[in-house]
Amino acid sequence: MPTQKFTLNGKPVAVDVEDDVRLLWVLRDKLGVTGPKYGCGLNVCKSCTSHINGKAFNPCSVPVSDIKATDEVTTIEGLADTVGSTLHPMQEAWLEIDVAQCGYCQPGQIMAAVAKVKQVRAAGREITDADLDEIRNICRCGTYHRIREAIVKGAEGM
Amino acid sequence: MVQQPDDITSDDATPDGVDRRQFIGYLLAGSTLIAAAPLGSGIFAPDRADAAIPSVPELADVFDLTDLQTLAAMPTSNLIAIQIHTDGTASFALPRAEVGQGITTSTAMIIAEELDLPLDKVHITLAPARPELVFNQLTGGSNTTNSTYTPIRVAAAIARGALLDAAAILLGDNVHNLSTQLGQVIAKSGAKVSYGDLALKAAIPKSTTKHVTLKDASSFKIIGTPQKRIDAHDIVTGKKTFAMDMSVPNALPTMVCRAPSIKGTPKSVQNAAEVKAMPGITDVAMISTGVAVRGETFGQCIDAVRALQVTWNKGTEDASSDATILAALKRAELPMVLPKLPLLTKSIDATFTFRFASNTALEPNCAIADVRKDGAEIWAGMKSPLVAQKEIASKLGMTIKQVKVNVVEGGGSFGRKLFQDAALEAAEASQAMGKPVKLMWHRTDEFRHGRTHPMSTSHVRASYLGKEVLACEQRHTSISTDFTHGLGEMLTSYAAKLPAGDYTFAQSIFMLTQTTPYNFGVTTQLLNEVDKGFNTGSMRNIYSPNVRCAQELIVDQLAAQLRPDKDPYKFRQQFLKDPRMRAVLDKAAEVGDWGRAMPTGTAQGIAVHAEYKGACAAVVEIDCRPATVNRKIPEAYTGPRVTKVVFVVDVGLPVNPLGLQAQMMGGIMDGIALALSSSLHLENGHFAEGSWDDYHYTRQWNTPPELELVVMPTTTGVPGGAGEFGVAASFAATACAYARATGTMPTEFPINHQEAFTFTPLPVSPPIPQSPTNGLQTTY
Repeated sequence: MPTQKFTLNGKPVAVDVEDDVRLLWVLRDKLGVTGPKYGCGLNVCKSCTSHINGKAFNPCSVPVSDIKATDEVTTIEGLADTVGSTLHPMQEAWLEIDVAQCGYCQPGQIMAAVAKVKQVRAAGREITDADLDEIRNICRCGTYHRIREAIVKGAEGM
Repeated sequence: MVQQPDDITSDDATPDGVDRRQFIGYLLAGSTLIAAAPLGSGIFAPDRADAAIPSVPELADVFDLTDLQTLAAMPTSNLIAIQIHTDGTASFALPRAEVGQGITTSTAMIIAEELDLPLDKVHITLAPARPELVFNQLTGGSNTTNSTYTPIRVAAAIARGALLDAAAILLGDNVHNLSTQLGQVIAKSGAKVSYGDLALKAAIPKSTTKHVTLKDASSFKIIGTPQKRIDAHDIVTGKKTFAMDMSVPNALPTMVCRAPSIKGTPKSVQNAAEVKAMPGITDVAMISTGVAVRGETFGQCIDAVRALQVTWNKGTEDASSDATILAALKRAELPMVLPKLPLLTKSIDATFTFRFASNTALEPNCAIADVRKDGAEIWAGMKSPLVAQKEIASKLGMTIKQVKVNVVEGGGSFGRKLFQDAALEAAEASQAMGKPVKLMWHRTDEFRHGRTHPMSTSHVRASYLGKEVLACEQRHTSISTDFTHGLGEMLTSYAAKLPAGDYTFAQSIFMLTQTTPYNFGVTTQLLNEVDKGFNTGSMRNIYSPNVRCAQELIVDQLAAQLRPDKDPYKFRQQFLKDPRMRAVLDKAAEVGDWGRAMPTGTAQGIAVHAEYKGACAAVVEIDCRPATVNRKIPEAYTGPRVTKVVFVVDVGLPVNPLGLQAQMMGGIMDGIALALSSSLHLENGHFAEGSWDDYHYTRQWNTPPELELVVMPTTTGVPGGAGEFGVAASFAATACAYARATGTMPTEFPINHQEAFTFTPLPVSPPIPQSPTNGLQTTY
């Protein structure tokens, strides 16, 4: 069985698993990192949204062998460390607005929000309603409005 | 768990404040202070005129738990208990399910209030199945706070009293000279002692009955104030643990290969050995609903499910499609009983169709099961753990006492977790494989084999003469709703009102929940249900969204006929029966700037709803102009956009206004989806939808950019229901807004159901799709 190597939340990991197993299951079932949630396995609901080299991606749709040894994967568990704090500004905003209901989608929402803000900043602007409209992450509890408020708030701290 | 005292002495000390209502509770024997109160009947002190309790229905009608009836008959069998610990915290195991509705937070607030303890020192867990509670461990009907508010306060008040008594002894002072504040007992002398230091001293060796009075609402410091969720930090850091995040030794990922049509069952497996030899796979076993595979990862289970070759027995609806069901509903509609009306009476008559909808949560059906020869343990998010325990025991051939059912916090419910479909499968698979399993449904199965809100029609006829409405009749016809979980305390509390006669359970629920809130003369509302072949269940707000949407659309038609100004708001104001309803309506119209000038193709809609001992109203603004309807957002289903919602809610007593607003927000998103975008299409015995991109539940691109949620101040002083309350008025107001914007009253919901598919349906065999491999091409 091949050994898969990459950096996860700042630490090198090595795991024995077949090449075609999607990264989500390597994280959850092999490494016990359960922040990224399963919501469809089809790259549609975005519940598992995490970061690869600082960009949002969905590990449900990436075979683990596509992850290079030099790739840095960050899940919700490692987000605060990327800013050297106990909480990322986006997590702080989530707490301030009291966004969550059941909480199942929220790790993915927060990871998507951080990437979205970075994306628009890279394009030299601030987040707009049109940007928020494009976020695909499903919240079946329907907290969408507070998510929008929290992203704007979190962006102020980024 | 609550200890069961075998002998209770009575504390007959004369209670003070005799002019206020007395409640009964207990101090239980224990190592630290434990105070308890009965859940449901029995909490009111006897010898009082207000102590009358509705009779409980025959237990055997709902529960066949003969060996537990003795337990249930014990005076303290239905206790809920608060324990005070030496670190100064209080703990409470809530016999309800937290699925996102915020009841752990509101319960902590209620305890903190009555106990004078800081909110962060109250720890709430979810109680495992407690068979002795009989009716009282079902989370449904938005009934949790209404049913637990007083018992929890009584237990907390008794705990506070015991802490005061212990402090009086410790400080050598009179209890009347002592007060409590933020987890401390404080003497007039200034001496202080913390609850933690009193926890052992207040413990008693023998359980005792206590009488207690509760705090006056005017002194509330926490109840009624906005409080953030107590689990928010765990949620935003990824630490909150759902069932599939739990680590139960050797409980490996398990999935089920399902039939191509609804309720199809497995006949034989052709390649079990081959599949068992696939990478990572450890077991293959036939269970009653399909073929279960267990493996190292869920990804490998998906591979195995797709590789299985199974011969299937027929399903229950193989010949059914949308059109055949609609025809069956038409045949089953009950006749209108036309009252004798004067000559010249005119009427408005319309029939509305509401398509199948999915109550799937984002967390799919899932459960962990560890079934051994002598017993079983289950972990899952369950709103009816007692029913689960009974069904699992029956399936495994065990006694109820051999099955431990742990309630885990759930990732959403919307009615789905009233049933334990995954827990039953997990138990069966674990028994068949002889190993623990962590069983999860695939999303595609969630849509196709999961429970649905059944398709229904609603025929409304309103008759009027001059400026008066003489009659309003409604005939609601639906595919059967599965209520086999019972309705627990909700049913118990309604028991005295249950209609006599040969009504089905569903008809009783319908009659107990549906009303016409207007002075419309003779009003009748009847339900008929047919066809038990589908997987159905209560979806958030059960019948109300469809029934009320139909009715409110007709109300707008009446307004157009009966008022010169045709104003839907003023018409409702004129005809509403209840002052609380008029108050929320007026508030919504005021905050929503009702009647403001709007461009052609856009409009406001207004609707009200009364349920769960509350009143609410919504003003919705919608944009149906082509530029909006056809706006392009990558891979999105757009359509008309709700641009603004103002929602006003009066729940009697809002325990946590912030949490209440959150629930209304969710209900609004559901209402928008039901009106505009989300439904299941039935084709040849299966639903076409298999993905979130097929089933268009509200996404960010259909979220109203403007949203205002108004919580009315306390009216009745009694907390009503919240979790489901936001759906019906939002749905109806969205439909009314759409009708006014387009000039055509829609009669089909969601309005897009007849449009061409926006997706290519996934195949039914293999039953689930493979995950994509191009995830690194969609990074941002």
